[in-house]
Amino acid sequence: MGAMTLTEKILARHAGRAHVGPGENIWVNVDVLMTHDVCGPGTISIFKKQFGERAKVWDREKVVVIPDHYIFTQDTHAHRNVDILREFVREQELPYFYDVGTERYKGVCHIALPEEGHTRPGEVLFGTDSHTCTAGAFGEFATGIGNTDAALIMGIGKLWVKVPPTMKFVFEGSLPPYLMAKDLILWIIGDIGVDGATYKAIEFAGDGVYSLSMEERMTLCNMVIEAGGKNGVVAPDQVTEEFVRSKTRRPFEPVHNDPDAKYDSVKVYRSQDLEPVVAKPHSPDNRALVREVAGTALDRAYIGSCTGGKLTDFRASARILKGRQVKIDTFIVPATTEVMKGLSTETVDGENLLSIFQKAGARISEGASCAACLGGPADTFGRLNRSEVCISTTSRNFPGRMGSRTAQVYLASPYTVAASAVTGRITDPREFIG
Amino acid sequence: MKDFIRGMAYVVGDNIDTDQIIPARHLVYSLSDPEERKLYGRYAMSGIPDGLSGLPKGNIRLVEEGKEQSSYKIILGGKNFGCGSSREHAAVCLQIAGIEAVVAESYARIFYRNVVDGGFFVPFEATMSLNTEIATGDELEINVNLGTLKNLTNRKQYGLKPLGDIIEILRAGDVFEYARKKGLIKR
Ligand code: SF4
Repeated sequence: MGAMTLTEKILARHAGRAHVGPGENIWVNVDVLMTHDVCGPGTISIFKKQFGERAKVWDREKVVVIPDHYIFTQDTHAHRNVDILREFVREQELPYFYDVGTERYKGVCHIALPEEGHTRPGEVLFGTDSHTCTAGAFGEFATGIGNTDAALIMGIGKLWVKVPPTMKFVFEGSLPPYLMAKDLILWIIGDIGVDGATYKAIEFAGDGVYSLSMEERMTLCNMVIEAGGKNGVVAPDQVTEEFVRSKTRRPFEPVHNDPDAKYDSVKVYRSQDLEPVVAKPHSPDNRALVREVAGTALDRAYIGSCTGGKLTDFRASARILKGRQVKIDTFIVPATTEVMKGLSTETVDGENLLSIFQKAGARISEGASCAACLGGPADTFGRLNRSEVCISTTSRNFPGRMGSRTAQVYLASPYTVAASAVTGRITDPREFIG
Repeated sequence: MKDFIRGMAYVVGDNIDTDQIIPARHLVYSLSDPEERKLYGRYAMSGIPDGLSGLPKGNIRLVEEGKEQSSYKIILGGKNFGCGSSREHAAVCLQIAGIEAVVAESYARIFYRNVVDGGFFVPFEATMSLNTEIATGDELEINVNLGTLKNLTNRKQYGLKPLGDIIEILRAGDVFEYARKKGLIKR
């Protein structure tokens, strides 16, 4: 039997097979199915149509429902979607529902999942959202699916997958102080293009990656989909296990690469050689060095989303914003309520992040959600409603993604976004950080 | 699955993402309500910048203002069609608008799966970049079994890639029927 990569091994185990190889179509057993307010209602209606009005989900313990997309809006259709989720959760008696307006409300699903212990090494997680690949940071197979596939899983707990070949990206050496995971992933996407990993798994490795926190590893895996990847993965280590054990008591079995596993490709970067980068409008692979576009005038800075709205991202931004003023409208949107609380408890040089942002003149969202990351209804916080030029820590800059089709979005790391907010022009964070 | 798909071509470029296929602000309509469902047809492909809508000329909408059905049947795309979010609305809205096939150089994975598993239309892959060969409004005919595409406007013919494993699901109708045939859903 041939050696397997981490991704192949997890899939083999979930298909009850000793071995699987790239290109094989297999049915896998699902450990967690996650859905949210935009895709949940559609999934539920397909599930009922296919399995009957009174059908029960295959396993209540394995379905996680996290409303997060259209939350702080007056849009009535959007509220109806959350009502549909509530009704379903009640009727199915689902234990993991993080409802809006309650103590349990979390915010952006991909960040809420690990906070609540739903991401565990060695498991298979599907979610009705393309950034479900974020959870690969925990050493599991995680990928986004549509409503039809999710409805099938709800009914039978299984889904067919084509085993992806794995592309490996190795970062040698820990990151210099001005670089973040966001720079690494934008670097990769710039190299391979928005379809460079289509149907493939991306594994991140090397001491540069293993020295990163869980949140930074999540940023890497999060944007795998922007290269068309099926899943992103980081082999689990002590950092992973400690994090997961602090969130859940459920047992899990970490899976590792076989030493002689075969990769589709291997690319090695020296972390020291890399520089801060942006993705220019209108594509995540439209990479430029920050210094190449430095000075570009901006109307707005946005720090938020599952890609760039975690505590690490705000800590980084605060390091630059502390004691400074923003020159342009700067929007701060914590991904989850836990991140929101962290803004008051986390400090930089003795001052909490919230106070740093307030004094800098940034606008802070009242609640945690996806907000303007995907545009959303017209009254969404931070939405680009005109032809603004925005620099953002989010993941996508396709035309219209953050609202108006005529707006222009630059994607960058929290350091670069914060530095640019201070000057009102695209600015290399090295001007602020040594 | 039909043996032949005939109709007018609607041509777009590379990397058409799901926000362009159906902008996020429209995702609030119900797909199970027959009236609201039509709105997805009305806004299908409405997120593409005007100049790039209906190539080579541009400024042609897939679905005319105020209508829910398109006069086009076959979309010609470039590379990475359907990239971006996992929203199935993107696949369904094209079906609701009356699209029966998309021919693209390549697809983003989740979109492709959604199309196949939902049985919304037939996603063909071209063997070359056809979106520069064919113009919006050309009359096309796809022979599904032979895997060929004929441009009836200028009589040119092109080969399409074989559908491969997915043909079983498309033949069954959707992934549920397929799973029933495989004995995975008991009836
Ligand atoms: S924050 Fe943005 S990328 Fe993340 S789940 Fe929400 S809409 Fe998607």
